[in-house]
Amino acid sequence: MSTYSILIDVKKCSGCYNCFLACRDEYFGNEYPGYSAAQPLNGQFWMQIQEIERGEYPKPKLDYIPRPCLHCQDAPCMGPATGGAVYRRKDGIVMIDPEKAKGQRGIVSACPYRVIYWNSDLQVPQKCNLCAHRLDEGEKLPRCVESCPTGALVFGDLDDPTSEIAILAATLPVEDLHPEFATKPLVKYVGIPKRFVAGEVVLKDKAGECAPGVQVRLTGGGLELSTTTDLFGDFEFEGLGKNQCYKLTLTAAGYADASLEFVTTKDINLGEIVLAPR
Amino acid sequence: MSEKVFTSCTNAGPVTVYVKDGKITRIRPLVADDRDFKPWTIEAGGKKYSPPKKFAVAPYVHADRRRIYSEERIKYPMKRVDFDPNGERNPQNRGKSPYVRISWDEALDIVAGEIKRVKDTYGGSAITGLTSSHHNWGIVGYKMGPFARFMNLLEYTPVLDNPDSWEGWHWGATHTYGFYWRLGMPEQYDLLEDSLKNAEMIVLWSNDPDSTRGTYTGQESALWRQWLKEKGVKMVFVDPFHNYTAGVMEGKWIAPRIGTDTCLAMAIAYVWITEDIYDKEYVKDRTLGFDEFKGYVLGTTDGKPKNPEWAEEESGVKAKIIRALAREWAAKRTVLSGGARGGEGGACRQAYGTEWARMMVLLQAMQGLGKPGRSIWGTTMGAPSDVVKWFPAYADLQGRISTANIASTVPVNPTKQRLWRLTLPEAVLDPPVSWYGEGFCGQSLEQQFKHFTYPMEGHAEVRLLYRYGGSFMGTMSDTTKWVRMYQSPKLEFVFNQDIWFNSETRMADIILPACTGFERDDVGEWGSCGGYTCHASSGCNFRIVVRQQKCIEPLWESKSDYEILSLLSERLGMKEKFTDGRSEVDWIKAFFDSSDLPPLISWEEFNSKGYYIINIPDNYQSTPSLRWFAEGRDCDTPDTNNPKRKTGKAKELGTYSGKIEFVSESLKARFPDDEERPVSPRYIPSWEGHHSEGFKKYPLQLLSPHPRFTFHCHYDKHTDWLDDIPAHRIKKDGYSWWPARIHPDDAKLRGIKDGDIVSLYNDRAKVLCIAVVTERIRPGVIHSYASSAKYDPLIPGRADSPDKGGCVNMLTPSRMVSKHAPGMTPNSCLIEIEKWEG
Repeated sequence: MSTYSILIDVKKCSGCYNCFLACRDEYFGNEYPGYSAAQPLNGQFWMQIQEIERGEYPKPKLDYIPRPCLHCQDAPCMGPATGGAVYRRKDGIVMIDPEKAKGQRGIVSACPYRVIYWNSDLQVPQKCNLCAHRLDEGEKLPRCVESCPTGALVFGDLDDPTSEIAILAATLPVEDLHPEFATKPLVKYVGIPKRFVAGEVVLKDKAGECAPGVQVRLTGGGLELSTTTDLFGDFEFEGLGKNQCYKLTLTAAGYADASLEFVTTKDINLGEIVLAPR
Repeated sequence: MSEKVFTSCTNAGPVTVYVKDGKITRIRPLVADDRDFKPWTIEAGGKKYSPPKKFAVAPYVHADRRRIYSEERIKYPMKRVDFDPNGERNPQNRGKSPYVRISWDEALDIVAGEIKRVKDTYGGSAITGLTSSHHNWGIVGYKMGPFARFMNLLEYTPVLDNPDSWEGWHWGATHTYGFYWRLGMPEQYDLLEDSLKNAEMIVLWSNDPDSTRGTYTGQESALWRQWLKEKGVKMVFVDPFHNYTAGVMEGKWIAPRIGTDTCLAMAIAYVWITEDIYDKEYVKDRTLGFDEFKGYVLGTTDGKPKNPEWAEEESGVKAKIIRALAREWAAKRTVLSGGARGGEGGACRQAYGTEWARMMVLLQAMQGLGKPGRSIWGTTMGAPSDVVKWFPAYADLQGRISTANIASTVPVNPTKQRLWRLTLPEAVLDPPVSWYGEGFCGQSLEQQFKHFTYPMEGHAEVRLLYRYGGSFMGTMSDTTKWVRMYQSPKLEFVFNQDIWFNSETRMADIILPACTGFERDDVGEWGSCGGYTCHASSGCNFRIVVRQQKCIEPLWESKSDYEILSLLSERLGMKEKFTDGRSEVDWIKAFFDSSDLPPLISWEEFNSKGYYIINIPDNYQSTPSLRWFAEGRDCDTPDTNNPKRKTGKAKELGTYSGKIEFVSESLKARFPDDEERPVSPRYIPSWEGHHSEGFKKYPLQLLSPHPRFTFHCHYDKHTDWLDDIPAHRIKKDGYSWWPARIHPDDAKLRGIKDGDIVSLYNDRAKVLCIAVVTERIRPGVIHSYASSAKYDPLIPGRADSPDKGGCVNMLTPSRMVSKHAPGMTPNSCLIEIEKWEG
């Protein structure tokens, strides 16, 4: 048996939109009877790219979260569907039957991830089905994955332990897009952006020089992390929780330790932190 | 009807095209047989790197179907309603009056009649014409083929192109290290391997390769940068905008004030000199004039040391950061990435951009340019590639139907008069105009010193303009002057031939509809330019030559450019001379026969299968760029156009001395007293920057780089799927607006919120955009891409009308790089911005 899915490595996504455009080319104006109705011109993003800018000048970050249907094993869209309009194939793909789903707008609003779209002309809900029609014809990949230039999207059979996706799923720190929704999605992610803190260390008596090699320790929220400043005196901690209090301690030989606290109500740029000689 | 499958190629990748009932239904990255690929492998750091068997085309290629069937297509021949070739011509209404559909016969009769009348009345030199670039791929239909062949037969006045994407490298770097045969950009052979094996840091200076994509090679190199990132190679980005490559690579971002990059470079040299951390042996053996340069850097000649504190004052980059960068650069094997092709970048497209480009070369020379991990590499070319097998490319003389000797006759244009693209409006409106430089000066350094004046003695001023394409409102400088030019009565006749309505289309008297490359036959190799950018397909993981098959009949009443020109030639009594008795397919076959492909694949198989992949041979020998020079050996790279290669001077570069010149011998010989492009580079504050008078009134600097989601103007406006990408256009109130990025502090000061419609303005123009408030831009800088295809004046036909389409090039100055360097300077542009209240 096979269980198909996509593993999405956010850190590898360059935000090129190839996946979104390839998907639209496959489906715009093209219907695949038994699989999907044609995609309309506007308002549908079966592979949506969520662009996330974080942090502050001059230390911003840019990430993208590609968001197809997550093919949940406890799919909320099946709840309001009647007459077999939404069903799960044996290979895990959650399908919306383009005929049976006619008029069933509740299917759209049932999805907490907002990845089901309403086609007002055809009166039908629509979404990504991992290009099921292609897979059934013997093609290896959905269009989005075929066009991904960086390997950020990996498609394959989770039940085949030798497949790339199975190996990556077993070795990478995979996570759910919204674990709180508890829908057991098959589509998993790596590197979903969390809060981060950045800063720049300055040694008071050497203000004209960057301060590399300063020890920076972070504690709080159950985390204990440490790093050293880079050649520019910069440091950064990624993967922090939201709205948590953290404490930083900075140590450099010959200088008084400095410590400060911050709360991650947003991503934090602490700016310059000055260490004074002992 | 069953589905038919064709192959084609675009300016950013090969595709497979699916057709049902005469309609294109889908376009995929070319689906090739697995067995046709033989991927190369690079071993570095105990790992093996090898590309997947696929073609990573650019995003917009996936939307080509929408562009082919766009409502913006020119469907029929058209005539401006108030244009009468035998009566009132009303040139003042160009850009304003509507059009009426006419028959092909009427259109061709008018165009041929006007060509004949102007030629008979004034002579061939009164005819001019110019093209846009790269809207389609394929050598038979490309502009340098049919257009040039037709125009040469008319004995027209050619318009010389400025090197619009790499001005400073062309007019500056050539005088430092030669490579004029590459128009100032360095060879890039095998630098992927060298970087994977040796690089410890890459400084991407004014370079966003993830957006500019090696020009034509799609996203093939995105994976290379991913590999380098995973290897832990530190990346530093010097750019006033936190660009998209910086976003995905997560490197250090250094944001200098626009116009001060040279200053930063000088301060890096200062650190190296004063701390004695540069390659002294290399400087002694491989360069010339270092002491004079050193005197300027240390301030012994002018009393001003170019130290990091001085640079901080000018650039806003902290002295300690400059110092740390300089030290790391010297201590670690550092690649300098000064633009998509090694050179390029917005820093070279501004006042005195020559100085920055020269400094890029000189900095790397001080660290042993050509040694392992010490290259100038754009990160977008230089994969292992069998460049020996030849297939003609559009810029090769043997790749154009206008010049290739596969033709039985090659028409030669006897007209010596020339125009300069950037000053064509001035030439029409206010002649005479003059300039130095013969366009793309790829034959010699001296070509740059050639002086031109228009009109030329014994020649007519131009009266007829044949515009093929029409992008300039969004790509050239100070572009409202193009509207004024079009409305001049001196241009007695203007006709435009294009596929879609572009920013200049509605300035014509007659409009002729051409078809896309999917509606005609052609042939082309992906990413291959040939000519002055030979072996550019090393930006692709696999060389692939594509038989671009006609997928569908030309839509509406459009025709191929070749057919249109054949029909015009017939009316002008020169059809045989134009076609050489050949059809488009005959030319394709002739090019194929002239190439190295016939022993590898038969014409019949190539023609039906649609592609051939040129893999590297088993005994592939890597020859990293400039390693030969660093090691004092004869040039061993396959840089075909290097005139010293395989001669007694094969160890030398293309400068007069054969060395890297801190003091340029060629500039010394021709312009020894030029203060704007001195014999040794200097930092010269911009004539439109933070020191200039206009800064008080217009305190914001506009940065308008090449765009991320289109190819120049191409694919914008005609491909509405792209309007769903907010980094490209943003929809508001039913209109797709062009984004202008602004720092929160600048926005707050002006009461501008994210998503507001704003007016960008200065004394030259007013352009409406949608505000994107972002931390990714240096305060004081507005980032808005060049290359909007949508010129949408609120008052059509008025040159001074605000534009709603986002052609920010209207705001940029006419003034050139410097007195003797006639390049464009879009990034020397001061503006103010305010909320648009309508």
